[in-house]
Amino acid sequence: MANITVAQAIIEALKLQGTRVVFGYPGAAICPVYDCLPASPIHHVLVRQEQNAVHAASGYARISGKAGVVLATSGPGATNLLTGLATAYMDSIPLVAITGQVSRDQIGRDVFQEADITGAAEPFTKYSYLCKQPQQIGRILSEAFYIASSGRPGPVLIDLPVDVQRERIEFSCPDTVCIRGYKPTVMGNALQIKRVAQAFSHSCRPLICIGGGVLSAGAGAETARLAEQCGIPMVCTMMGLSAVPGIHPLYFGMLGAFGSETANFAVQSADLLVIIGARVGDRALATPSILEKRSRVVHIDVDPAEIGKNLGASIPIVGDAKAVVSQLLESTGRVDCAGWVEELSRRRQAPQPPLPPARPGFISPHRLMRRLSERLRADAVVTADVGQNQIWAARGLSLNGGRFLTSGGMGTMGYSLPAAIGAKLASPARQTVVICGDGSLQMQQMELSTLCQEGLDIKLILLDNRSLGMVRELQQTQYDGRLSAVRLQGGPDFLRLAAAYSLPGLRLEREEEMEEALCWLLDEKGPRLLCCAVDPQERSLWPPADGGAGKEG
Amino acid sequence: MKQILSILVENQSGVLSRISGLFSRRGYNIESLAVGITEDKTLSRMTIVIDGDSHTAEQVEKQLNKLIDVIKVRRIPQSDLIQRELILLKVHAGQNERPNIVNICEIMGAKIADITTTTMTIELSDTPERVELMVELLRPFSIREMVRTGMVALQTGGGTISGAKKPS
Repeated sequence: MANITVAQAIIEALKLQGTRVVFGYPGAAICPVYDCLPASPIHHVLVRQEQNAVHAASGYARISGKAGVVLATSGPGATNLLTGLATAYMDSIPLVAITGQVSRDQIGRDVFQEADITGAAEPFTKYSYLCKQPQQIGRILSEAFYIASSGRPGPVLIDLPVDVQRERIEFSCPDTVCIRGYKPTVMGNALQIKRVAQAFSHSCRPLICIGGGVLSAGAGAETARLAEQCGIPMVCTMMGLSAVPGIHPLYFGMLGAFGSETANFAVQSADLLVIIGARVGDRALATPSILEKRSRVVHIDVDPAEIGKNLGASIPIVGDAKAVVSQLLESTGRVDCAGWVEELSRRRQAPQPPLPPARPGFISPHRLMRRLSERLRADAVVTADVGQNQIWAARGLSLNGGRFLTSGGMGTMGYSLPAAIGAKLASPARQTVVICGDGSLQMQQMELSTLCQEGLDIKLILLDNRSLGMVRELQQTQYDGRLSAVRLQGGPDFLRLAAAYSLPGLRLEREEEMEEALCWLLDEKGPRLLCCAVDPQERSLWPPADGGAGKEG
Repeated sequence: MKQILSILVENQSGVLSRISGLFSRRGYNIESLAVGITEDKTLSRMTIVIDGDSHTAEQVEKQLNKLIDVIKVRRIPQSDLIQRELILLKVHAGQNERPNIVNICEIMGAKIADITTTTMTIELSDTPERVELMVELLRPFSIREMVRTGMVALQTGGGTISGAKKPS
């Protein structure tokens, strides 16, 4: 290809990768790249803080299935990415972040806006590059996209000195990538697949546990088919939510500290646990050592380091969830466990204590989630933030064809709105709903302006209890009710805040107005904010019992 | 128990910090680390000694394999081990002490690398146990300073690390 600058080469390489949208924030050290953007077909989304560019790219990646791309400048622009990168790394989201760096002759001299970002981001990235040789940019970008998207996906960072961006090169991008130290396994070992088939046939109470890996491999349909073919019940982790339809007769809900009673009973009683694409986090399975003694464990994961890390597996299988589940579909048959499924169904149908009405002036978030669930479109994308709102959403929503996006591993507040912006840009036709609290909204409210700038039809549900509900609940239950720094005083009036962005807003304080408010929110076109008054005393769980399997971490 | 890991890595800047960062991040302790280039100049070989059980060593091995700059990792079993460490010791050695020190060096097969009127610098390459013994033997002569390379190791027999496939 022609003689072009490295900055132009980046645009060309992004085009070759099929990148349509990038999220970022400019600065001096990345200006050569920004200089090339207006003339390119790539749409740049200017966020209001770099961290949110990463979250937006994460939402984009999760809905489009392609690596999200982030641009930021050197120094503070780059360090602002860190929380976003860590969030994506924990949840295995494919991203390529390109940061500007001071020029090569200045590196190491502590010049203006210099930061060692490859060093700082090392624990939170799958790989990183500091590109000092201009002619390597083509290879580096090809490798970065390949590393980010293959195997266990994750964020990759490319740090690019500003003088390198200006250099002219003969640009070429390799068609194939070969990295001698990186050869992810896709197919499961045939012998291990046979062993699983045997374990299935000897099991009376088998259970499939679905993690986020099923979603990132696009293996939801295959996993549901496996459950149907074998007649095995399924549960999921928070990251696995929406991988299979919530109404699937063999699906018994989310496990873990905030999971459903039936799902946790199933985990505790199973004699064969088939974990697919889940890393056995402490929030999902608090006592793996007990579990591995009681039941046989089949652990399927694309990352071999996850197998045996927290839970010993009797049958480890390294491979891509979609490939391995497809292999299992070919080698397994019906398991004789109808009684087990019936038992779980009975438990699920056991009458729940009625949800009490909320105190006057408040609405019940549990009831709101149920009503919302009924009204969501089939393909809806729901992003939930972190805190009580995440638990209410994860427990209350039943998604059937939709997607649930949240920061599951890192638990990063301020994820929901930028992630929704990315998700909406990836799939503009899908209904997109943000669920957040007043604490989390205030960590990301600057992005309301990005939302308006992009003209995105995103529905915001704010669960406003004027406090940090999750921490408050923790202090009430584990610190003898001594509250410390959990009241969010000082406003703002969220409807006036919305109005400042010309966003229509509505306050919901009465349960009898819930239906009408949801109609207003979902049926009208355009972005809007529904601000729901929630009792600060409201608990995460209803009924307010310990989930059984877990503890809050 | 000591576990010896032999690791082939890309010979480029940043690799050592990636590896050492991994150890500190995951809470594994490095007892010693030795690194140098190999017969292929694009590759470096590290010998890392850790103190831990085999479960820990397995986790370390898996995490190391995850690093993209890591080409191969091999845990060398104690039974198949050729291990060496180099030590340099500067000891106080006046006229009276010299014959005794020379005597110890002869017994231990150590070399005298440097000599002054008041000091001797001794060089020994041997197994970590023998190096330890050398330190003990010279301690009465007042060790001024010493430096050790950390252990390097190869497996006995004709096999090489390149013969071991990197599990991914």
